[in-house]
Amino acid sequence: MLDPAILAAAAVNGLTMGAVYALVALGLTLIYGVLHIINFAHGSLLMAALYGVFFLHRLLGIDPYAAILIMVPLGYAAGYALQRGVIGPVRPGSDQNVLLITLGIALVLENLCLYWFSADTQTLDTRYAMAVVDLGVTRVALPRLIGFAASLVLAAALWAVMSTTQTGRAIRAVAREPHGAQLVGIDVQHIFAVSFGIGTACVGAAACLLLPMFYVSPHVGQVFVLIAFTVVVLGGMGSFVGALAGGLLIGLTESLGGLLFGELAGQLGIFLIFIAVLLFRPHGLFGSRGA
Amino acid sequence: MKRTSFRPSRRSLIRGAAAGAALGPLGFPGLLRAQPAPVKVGILHPVTGALSYSGTQSRAGAMLAIEEINAAGGIKSLGGARLEPMLADAQSRPDVGAAEVDKLNEAGVAAIVGPYASAIAIATTQAAARYGLPHVVDVGTADQVVSRGLTNTFRFSPGVSTIVQFGIDSLTRINEAAGKPVKTVFLVHEESAFGTNTANALNAELPKRGFEVLETVKHANPTRDFSNIVLRIQARKPDLIIPSNYYDEYVLFTRALRQQQIDVKGIYSILGGGASSYKFVKEFPEAAEYVMDCNHWFDPRKPAALALKEKTEKMGLFYTYEVYLNYNAVMYLADALERSKSVAHDALTAALASSTWDKHILPYGPTKFVNGQNTGARPVITQVLERDIKVVYPPEFSSGRSVFPMPPHKT
Repeated sequence: MLDPAILAAAAVNGLTMGAVYALVALGLTLIYGVLHIINFAHGSLLMAALYGVFFLHRLLGIDPYAAILIMVPLGYAAGYALQRGVIGPVRPGSDQNVLLITLGIALVLENLCLYWFSADTQTLDTRYAMAVVDLGVTRVALPRLIGFAASLVLAAALWAVMSTTQTGRAIRAVAREPHGAQLVGIDVQHIFAVSFGIGTACVGAAACLLLPMFYVSPHVGQVFVLIAFTVVVLGGMGSFVGALAGGLLIGLTESLGGLLFGELAGQLGIFLIFIAVLLFRPHGLFGSRGA
Repeated sequence: MKRTSFRPSRRSLIRGAAAGAALGPLGFPGLLRAQPAPVKVGILHPVTGALSYSGTQSRAGAMLAIEEINAAGGIKSLGGARLEPMLADAQSRPDVGAAEVDKLNEAGVAAIVGPYASAIAIATTQAAARYGLPHVVDVGTADQVVSRGLTNTFRFSPGVSTIVQFGIDSLTRINEAAGKPVKTVFLVHEESAFGTNTANALNAELPKRGFEVLETVKHANPTRDFSNIVLRIQARKPDLIIPSNYYDEYVLFTRALRQQQIDVKGIYSILGGGASSYKFVKEFPEAAEYVMDCNHWFDPRKPAALALKEKTEKMGLFYTYEVYLNYNAVMYLADALERSKSVAHDALTAALASSTWDKHILPYGPTKFVNGQNTGARPVITQVLERDIKVVYPPEFSSGRSVFPMPPHKT
């Protein structure tokens, strides 16, 4: 198992899988960073987005990668509406209310999808779904390679939006100090909704990149949500770079740990790394102190 | 369940009872004909959660049987009593399954059919045993299900040890017939009772037949990615892979094997989640070709089995083992009800235990129950050939010759 070729192959596997985790975590980290909401509905939103991509392909013949152009605005609109209409009104109450609301959304979404689409696992039937790229040291499935590239691009794009645009600055202001932001004239409720919207737009994009290499069923959200939370906390809540780094690190740990110590130990490794980082850097790898 | 508490005064109670007694037969002519009380049967499956596909298929199979029985006049020895299904959801969790058993018992069911998964079955049969409630296990292959000395538990279909024994016997025979190309084996199994049981049994038996087990890999339920397991297979270069898992993971695993173009002499599943599934064959024909499975199957010679297949497919469902095993479990129960002429727990339990029912649609030997297990039950060996699932062993049921070893990939 310590043959360098195998280790390299495992590392590639880990990085490509980690990129997927990062994609899912990007939206979550923004939502937490700005709204300080632990969004339990994140996994279910991913599941709903996956169904969206699936039906766009099944009913309208739209390629999942092309569907990004539809899913991102759709995700944004859904998130904006959800925050403005459902979660926002509950915020002034106790903190538990928000947690419960997102949990409630998760349950409703999951069971609605179960009711509408049945429990059947669905996969996409595209020409390139089984295509592989030979990297010499290993063969990587094409969708995973695309997912890897896309996660880097998405993280960079998000970082650019946050640092250079007016909205990005407003979001950062609200994240840092909501009352102060309100005092300087920023519409805080709108910015909250925009942030949630961007978060769910990320989920929409992640779904487009994930479906070709995975499957969708009403419970698929649960498969990723715990890992997403781990990535967010590990990388530092509110940091995109952190979500990317955290995702890649966890992917690598899972892969190499699984290879060297057994599959289940690999899973354990994820949480051990998580605990270790939190012990020495409680705010995560890239999180700011006191956030 | 809501319980409205409503305590009438004695006077109003007497008044109401008198009125009811007087008006009852007029308002409800059926009462005059003394319709026999329906027999309540608990139909318990994981229709939500990770196992929801299998759970919904299972429920569909059970309901098909109930509808057929009722349409044919119900349980004749009980005066034509209809079977009334009490549907329950185990939510893919053993604790929820056990809680549902309590609720079903309170609702007055005569028996429980389900709950598909071994891990859930261990909990539900235990819960049912507290009430002496007869429990027919539809699938639940782990040996533990019938080896805890619970007198209320019955399984018509085969368990892991029978299946593994049969699988290994058949593998040995098929391997010998092909000139013994396979010497080394790689096991991949899911982590719960079902997979672990299967892997343990395989590890105990395979060496005795001259096969070397190179490695046994256990994976979680659900597993997101099989790339590393495939890497290990690439490194160890086994002759044969034996997977035992549920559907989703089976699909991801075989797809990964195909993508990495792993060349093995065979993929011989023992209770492989997708290997003998029409859904798998239809949706992943490339990954499915030549895959073999030792699994539950129906008797392709029996017209009733084929009629059920047609009915199921007309409903838009795949004809999977969950469907016909549940159909069968309910039919077996109905036959026991006919013979017990009673819904009382002990009478029904005795009838289930002494059953020699042979009107089933499965490729089994004579029905005989020992400690709750039907000793006639057994699996078959199937192989995906030309985008269809063919039985390749035993010969009396087979519709094709096996292709063994598998031809190598065409690059």
